[in-house]
Amino acid sequence: MKSLVCLKQVPDTETQIKVNAQGTGIVTDGIKYVINPYDEFSVEEALRLKEKFKAGDVTIVCIGPERSTEAIRTALAMGADKGIHICDDALNQADPYVSASALAAVASQLTYDVIFCGHRAIDDDFGETGAMLAEFLNLPQVTLVTKVDVAQDKKTAIVERDVEGGKEIVEVTLPCVLTSQKGLNEPRYASLPGIMKAKKKPIEKKTLADLGIAAEPKLETRSYSMPKERQAGKKFENMEPADAAKQVVQALRSEAKVI
Amino acid sequence: MSNVLIYGEIKAGKLKKTAFELASEGRKLADQLGGRLEALLVGSAASQFAQDLAKFGADAVYVVEGPDFEVYNSEYYAQALCHVIKEKNPSIVLLSHSMQGKDLAPRTAAKLGVAVIADCISFTLDDGKLVGNRPMYAGKCYAQWVSTASPQMATARPNVLETAENPREGAVETISFTPDKTRPTYVTKELNLDTSGKVDLTEAEIIVSGGRGMGGPDYSLLEEMAAVLGPTATVGASRAAVDAGWRPHSDQVGQTGKTVTPNLYIACGISGSIQHLAGMGSSKVIVAINKDPEAPIFSKADYGIVGDLFKVVPEFTKELKALLAE
Repeated sequence: MKSLVCLKQVPDTETQIKVNAQGTGIVTDGIKYVINPYDEFSVEEALRLKEKFKAGDVTIVCIGPERSTEAIRTALAMGADKGIHICDDALNQADPYVSASALAAVASQLTYDVIFCGHRAIDDDFGETGAMLAEFLNLPQVTLVTKVDVAQDKKTAIVERDVEGGKEIVEVTLPCVLTSQKGLNEPRYASLPGIMKAKKKPIEKKTLADLGIAAEPKLETRSYSMPKERQAGKKFENMEPADAAKQVVQALRSEAKVI
Repeated sequence: MSNVLIYGEIKAGKLKKTAFELASEGRKLADQLGGRLEALLVGSAASQFAQDLAKFGADAVYVVEGPDFEVYNSEYYAQALCHVIKEKNPSIVLLSHSMQGKDLAPRTAAKLGVAVIADCISFTLDDGKLVGNRPMYAGKCYAQWVSTASPQMATARPNVLETAENPREGAVETISFTPDKTRPTYVTKELNLDTSGKVDLTEAEIIVSGGRGMGGPDYSLLEEMAAVLGPTATVGASRAAVDAGWRPHSDQVGQTGKTVTPNLYIACGISGSIQHLAGMGSSKVIVAINKDPEAPIFSKADYGIVGDLFKVVPEFTKELKALLAE
């Protein structure tokens, strides 16, 4: 079973995001970066497929600046076999179209049964790259996936996905693009031997020129801003639960007018 | 031509409220552009909803019907959308940032050679160009985005845009279209929808949410409160509760769950991690019930009750019942 896992390095969810003084982006000083949580599910699922079929490999494909090497190494320490790092200044702030084009260029030079993407990256929150990649590669997509069952002949898979207010079970032919949703699995931690082995695993670096494509953005950002700071409102302390509840419920009707 | 096309989503034989949100917003944009508002409906028996959309400002309603569109399919629906967009040539295309929209919009965009300004909470026009204001980092900051390609595609977060009636003709045009079935896609085997009529978290007007303070998987207190608040209310959970296995992951509010914007968010036994606050911080009104007076959730709450949720919540439900029965 050969899987490609598209992986992005993003600020840890604990990060306090601040917009820079010019409003052109965020302040990146002191940010701790991690693997996008949805991509971790992808890595785990790809590893499980390789283990199930006792054959194949897992290739990490990552777009990002130099620092992203660390995220690739972490995935290699979890058990992935090799990394491809698309590192090019022209891809800083790449929109989903550009990212999907670059990933498609890499994928088209490789063989695989499944491509995994996180259903979204928790930094820019676009959630478009997986579906675009599928379209560019002329592959079926199954998004928001919570269960994957690949047939023994590796020609099809039964996949469970989230839909509004329920679940959908679909059958898809391989190769295909699957986008990972929470609930798919519990990602493993890298073991110490895994971390040692990862140091020797290959990471191939590529630029856009190597891929023979140019970044042609379809979206542009104009300005960043901080959300309106919420002020703490009324606090009801040291009161009988019934009295506090009554006052708040009344306020929701007469003051806030939401019920 | 500076027309606006909206895609109205049909779920379980009903036109979703987001269609009216999109139509109302699309009407405003079309008026400013001096263009028409057009709506597209895909699905079996979709034409029955045309008049509903006309009420909210649609000049024309395009309908793609047929057995191939009985059940939603990424590829077939994207083909239909593409076909109509190419034929009608709108300058702006709006979809909902629902689960279907998240699946459909990017595939359609890729076919058209554009990208989607996803999950917008407001729109403006600048010199005729669509500017989408959208949260990033789960709402820890916002950014304005524009499309450099045509058509300009965007998805709107459900439950944020206001609806306004503005009756137009809404002339129905049935567009006959058969998808190319040689294109790769999946086949739906089973569709298990919750038939209780429970509204999805991202579209709920009221969310009663429980966290670690619930102490276990019994959420009946919160479910009772949501039931009293009516069909637009639902129950959510914090990551702690989901990771403990008390609630399904689809109930999770926060940076690695759903970002929500209800009119009223009632947080019970949720301390308010930065990830959770990012996911619900744009709720219109926030109530917090927590026994720890220092819990960060109180810094964001419009109304905070310091107390044991197991004592406060039943009283709260009782008061709501009495008030709503009036």
